[in-house]
Amino acid sequence: MDNMLNIALPKGRLGEKVYAMFKAAGFECPSIEETNRKLIFENPEKNVRYFWVKPSDVAIYVERGAADIGVAGKDILLEYNPEVYELLDLDIGKCRMAVAAKNDFRDDPKKTLKVATKFTNIALNYYTSLGRDIDIIHLNGSIEIAPILGLSDVIVDIVETGTTLKENNLEVVETIVPISARLIANKSSFKFKNDMIESILARMAKKSEE
Amino acid sequence: MNQYNAILNKDEQVAFELRSLYRSYGYLPYKMSKFEEYDLYVRNKDFLVSDNVITFTDTNGRLMALKPDVTLSIIKNGRDAEGLVEKVYYNENVYRISKGTHSYKEIMQTGLECVGAIDAYRIGEVVSLAAESLKKISDRSVLDLSHLDMVSAVLNDAGLSEAGKQKIYSFLGEKNLHGVLRVCTEEGIAQAAVEAVKTLVTLYGAPEKVLPALKSLCPAAQPYVAQLQELIGQLRENGLADTVRLDFSVIPDMHYYNGIVFRGFVDGIPTGILSGGQYDKLLRKMGRKAQAIGFAVYLDLLEELAEDAEYDVDTVLLYDETDTPASVAAAVKKLAKTGSVTALRQIPAKLTYKTCISVKEVNSRG
Repeated sequence: MDNMLNIALPKGRLGEKVYAMFKAAGFECPSIEETNRKLIFENPEKNVRYFWVKPSDVAIYVERGAADIGVAGKDILLEYNPEVYELLDLDIGKCRMAVAAKNDFRDDPKKTLKVATKFTNIALNYYTSLGRDIDIIHLNGSIEIAPILGLSDVIVDIVETGTTLKENNLEVVETIVPISARLIANKSSFKFKNDMIESILARMAKKSEE
Repeated sequence: MNQYNAILNKDEQVAFELRSLYRSYGYLPYKMSKFEEYDLYVRNKDFLVSDNVITFTDTNGRLMALKPDVTLSIIKNGRDAEGLVEKVYYNENVYRISKGTHSYKEIMQTGLECVGAIDAYRIGEVVSLAAESLKKISDRSVLDLSHLDMVSAVLNDAGLSEAGKQKIYSFLGEKNLHGVLRVCTEEGIAQAAVEAVKTLVTLYGAPEKVLPALKSLCPAAQPYVAQLQELIGQLRENGLADTVRLDFSVIPDMHYYNGIVFRGFVDGIPTGILSGGQYDKLLRKMGRKAQAIGFAVYLDLLEELAEDAEYDVDTVLLYDETDTPASVAAAVKKLAKTGSVTALRQIPAKLTYKTCISVKEVNSRG
């Protein structure tokens, strides 16, 4: 591989915030700020190459070494459990993984709990730790609708402000784990591009402390 | 040996070089059968990289497995003998689930095991061979080295609960400082001990940078720091210290491993290509008294390093109905001395080649 540091950014609002943090840490890349449809941006001067990928794919790019470092939500890391280093909690993109149900929901421990979610592994691990028998229903979106239509008893999903839940007469029953964006690194890249990764880490850690 | 390098795949090349390396240090080849009783793996499930094993019922009704691992078989078949050391190497195919595809894969693995009376020199010899194996694979390699007993000593000294320690081990493996600090806060660990744990997470690098910093760890950890220092001395003597990094995120399963553990990386391959360490605890579980250290190299990963050949064939030799079979054969023989050649009547669209020549041209050159 070349010597440039490949950085995978999550597409979207969070990604823009993350880029701003890299920029503030001294690793700017002017071409990324131009509006166009390009996906890869380089700044040879700073020896960095950024690219936008789907947020849930960042961990895959990093694990497989296509990106040396990247920024991914803790939800993705918990769900896919990629072989990467989790170097820093960036303290942005904050939300929580929670169990939600209809306002009048009462849990009957005699019955198998039907759980609709995008995050199958997280839900499974959580309920296994409680020793609760569940039936997982994997959905790809609009999870909130499942309990309303009686497809599931509860949902396990990301809750940011809770507005969507409220508007659909749902409420958080239990918080499973707080979520935020993490700086992750490929294990091999960490060895061979150590100086650069450590210097980014140090500067970003300092910035996020401020 | 080198004359065949052009034909051999990278993994075959490396497999041969490693064999001769291990042989030169007195390790003997270990050949094993393809199958093993499934029972062996059930009892030591956590030692395996992946839980799943391909099983089948033998003609006598016993449940057998296609081996997912070699170490367990070597340990099972060995016998304890006071003061002696069994030194073996192997080059075997194992069958495991590959993480991405959830399907079984045949993986070529080479490695060595040193079982018996293990002393500081032997540990150094095995770690040196691991570092040297990496050097044979690539000019840019790194061997991450850790001492599990030292890590345990620091965590015990901090007064963490068992559950807390388990969490820290997994965070340590991720170099996850924020996670480690959170556990320390939850458990109300004293500031000095937190600093020591923090050192384990953040410290990474060449021995000369890391070793001095380890002197600040608790007294209980110091004998292990001294062991590390001694080991680095031996690696330096072998001219291998430059590829070694101390990295305490190397945490294999604590139920099986103890003492010196390591993992190897080469530039261009995203995951570790070599892993190993001392595994006395595995031997205890299998009812043996001996100690052991060994490592495995995952040769299947080398495919990623292989350079693509520029051409399918060096020369295309064109012939037609006016050429006799004998004259074509003569031309092929002549050209094959200098490179690869394929005799064709017409050139397929996708074939890439360096030169193209007709039979008459070759034979007229004499």
